[in-house]
Amino acid sequence: MSAGTTMRVDRRSFLKTSAAGATGLVIGFYLPGRFEALAATPADSAAPAALNAWMRIGTDNSVTIVIDKSEMGQGILTALCMIAAEELECDWKKIRTEFAPAAKEYFNPAFGTQGTGGSSSVRSSWDPMRKAGAAARDMLIQAAAQKWGVEKTTCRAENSMVVHEATKRKLTYGSLVEAAAKLPVPADVPLKDPKQFHVIGKSTKRLDTPDKVNGQAEFGIDVRRPGMLYAVVARCPVFGGKVASFDATKAKAVPGVKDVIQISRGIAVVADSTWTAMQGRRALDVKWDEGANANVSSDSISKLFAERTSQPGVEARKEGDAAASLAGVASKIEAVYEAPFLSHATMEPQNCTADVRADRCDVWAPTQFQTIAQGTAARISGLKPEAVFIHTTFLGGGFGRRAAPDFVIEAVETSKAMGAPVKVTWSREDDMQHDFYRPASYARLAGGLNADGWPVAWTTRVACPSIMNAFFPGSVKNNLDPTSVEGVENLPYSIPNILVDYQLTETGIPVGFWRSVGNSQNGFFSECFMDELAAAGKKDPYEFRRRFLDKAPRHLGVLELAAQKAGWDKPLPAGRFRGIAVLFAFESYGAQVIEISVNRSQRTLKVHRVVCAVDVGRVVNPSTIVAQSESAVVYGLTAALHDAITISRGRVEQTNFNNYPMVRMNEMPVIEVHIVPSEEKPTGSGELSVPPVAPALCNAIFAATGKRIRHMPIRPEDLA
Amino acid sequence: MAIQFTLNGAPQAVDVNPNMPLLWVLRDTLGMTGTKFGCGMALCGACTVHIDGEATRSCVTPISTVSGKKVTTIEGLSPDRSHPVQKAWIDIDVPQCGYCQSGQIMSAAALLSKNTKPSDSDIDDAMKGNICRCGTYQRIRQAIHRAAQLHDAPAKAAKLGAHEIEEQALSAETVEVGGAA
Repeated sequence: MSAGTTMRVDRRSFLKTSAAGATGLVIGFYLPGRFEALAATPADSAAPAALNAWMRIGTDNSVTIVIDKSEMGQGILTALCMIAAEELECDWKKIRTEFAPAAKEYFNPAFGTQGTGGSSSVRSSWDPMRKAGAAARDMLIQAAAQKWGVEKTTCRAENSMVVHEATKRKLTYGSLVEAAAKLPVPADVPLKDPKQFHVIGKSTKRLDTPDKVNGQAEFGIDVRRPGMLYAVVARCPVFGGKVASFDATKAKAVPGVKDVIQISRGIAVVADSTWTAMQGRRALDVKWDEGANANVSSDSISKLFAERTSQPGVEARKEGDAAASLAGVASKIEAVYEAPFLSHATMEPQNCTADVRADRCDVWAPTQFQTIAQGTAARISGLKPEAVFIHTTFLGGGFGRRAAPDFVIEAVETSKAMGAPVKVTWSREDDMQHDFYRPASYARLAGGLNADGWPVAWTTRVACPSIMNAFFPGSVKNNLDPTSVEGVENLPYSIPNILVDYQLTETGIPVGFWRSVGNSQNGFFSECFMDELAAAGKKDPYEFRRRFLDKAPRHLGVLELAAQKAGWDKPLPAGRFRGIAVLFAFESYGAQVIEISVNRSQRTLKVHRVVCAVDVGRVVNPSTIVAQSESAVVYGLTAALHDAITISRGRVEQTNFNNYPMVRMNEMPVIEVHIVPSEEKPTGSGELSVPPVAPALCNAIFAATGKRIRHMPIRPEDLA
Repeated sequence: MAIQFTLNGAPQAVDVNPNMPLLWVLRDTLGMTGTKFGCGMALCGACTVHIDGEATRSCVTPISTVSGKKVTTIEGLSPDRSHPVQKAWIDIDVPQCGYCQSGQIMSAAALLSKNTKPSDSDIDDAMKGNICRCGTYQRIRQAIHRAAQLHDAPAKAAKLGAHEIEEQALSAETVEVGGAA
């Protein structure tokens, strides 16, 4: 999940096929290798002989693409089909999709588990999907050539048919699959020259839209099984606390409540409907042992961070001698920035359905991490992982929240205890108060300018909890979690003296991957502070950045594109102000110019326009890149304008959308997305445009008011 | 005693606790899961249905209050995705995760039933009760304007082939790579 993770696409991999009788040609991958050992949870799911498919071509001409990533809104289902179809040369209208089971073959090299996150989906599927499509195409051509008794090279594939040019003969894929399935899988079929692409790079409508306009798309929360019971769980409001005692008498008296049972994460109330279970929980009497975090508060956490950052941390980046340089600079600028915990608030609250039986366990879950869910369910049910079947549904938003298996644990434990299929549904309050939050973070920054007002030194010391310690224990070496410093450690500016260090500081509050991860707060810190340096040096913030991006051409490319499209060189109408920011995240580059007006007497802000430039390498579906960029901007705006998860007595104070508000239609700015043309490999796009929002916005507010905002979210008094 | 109402044009009777919200009757009792649970407090709009033509948050509507009324859910908006709002949603490719979209579509359909040419500020007012965490608002706004066109001039729209509509829809936004817009 780490944003800085480099994809290991150079590993050995090989294709397999299977003649699946009347079903036609099945193309699958077996990816041997080292990343299996990196799995956080053992998931010995795939019997070695089993072939987990990537695509199946039927005798009826159907093409089934197996989607091994979770579709949580980012459009991956359509993108994977586009990549496969490009090489397979199949009829787009014949494509069907199905979500993959949990299996090693689908391990994402970014994590060493099957999973979706870190904006890694297209990156990790680009090569395998192309190779699978190309191999299938080659085998179908070979089968046709044999049938016709002609040279393979005289045939070509087009729109689910093989064509013999000279004689204009044609055979459909469906009529060839049985012969093709008997052929050996060719090694290293040449992939298409991108100049020949006619699917990749064209705006293509999502394949999942029709089912999402009539209520037909099945999300986890929609799963229904014969004999299924409904459950909600009462959890200790204080993180790390547990049940001291409980009295189920009143809860069991609620008509429709079937049982009240203790599970590892609290008390499950099981009933004949979700609402009845909620009524039962309301009547439940639980005494909690609140544990060690009962006195933790946002203030105590902030003080802890301040204390920890008074001491040097682990060096994440060191160039030159920043301390010595800062001692001798013409002017030194210092600032402290803070960012709060944040909840994911996926529109679909967490949920999971499990059916634990003596010999098998089925789990229906909107999960981002299938093999972790599988390993978790196996442990609880006492079954082997291969007897645990994970059915991935559509996800009603993910944003990193559904990497955790907490909802799986609850459903599997409850089903096991009840001996029946059980769906556990979280209320919005459960969801907001029992999240794995974007870490609160604290940063001390210092910068030095020379006599001409140009930067010569930069230091940042960050204190925050570690996500990787929580999710991939053992992956953090020397107390340096790369996700804690991403977005500042990789500062692109050619400043000669740079020091970034980190104080890993646990707080008792569970943390997790939140859309754009460390970049979400570090981008705010670094790009606002860069603006502070520009102002101190009396320089234009765009020109100031440009000058120091001389070794970062792709940063420069997006910065210039955003500035040009926003008309940075032209004056704004009276009362309008703008700010700029540029960042690298998930192997991609993003810049934004945000245009605002501020009513200082009313202490209100209006965001008029967000000009977004992205460089994500080669684009598979431009329409999706635009949608993801718009989506990320709204996600970033919600955080900057509205939200903080605050802690009091070890509990989350926010409960629902009334006190953790979202940007709504009436606050929407115009968002323009511009894509840098690129022939580089595709890189991440789902998270890229979150982190530039807060700094571009706060830099615009500085332009309007002369006041720096060094905390999130923006408060009315910041606008006075 | 059973509570009777009309659901998507057909008579429906349910024998449940009269305080049970319509949302849970739909989802758990009747198995109609197109209407979504988001907040339980009428804060997010995911559960929006029409009751006697009015956009209503079903999560705070006790089933007893629905007695004798006409309820339309996303499943009943059209039999074949042919409602102008659904067509516009498909044209513009609005949904991302899709979870909030039943509610968005029901709110938009209620708006257009009363106001066939909504302005941007009418759209703000009618749609601000519906949260989309994926932030599809820009496309929702576009799609409502398109639905108004389809609603207004079905004949004119019918002259455009599906392909042309798609081209129009996708070019309505800045999607060209490195475009000189």
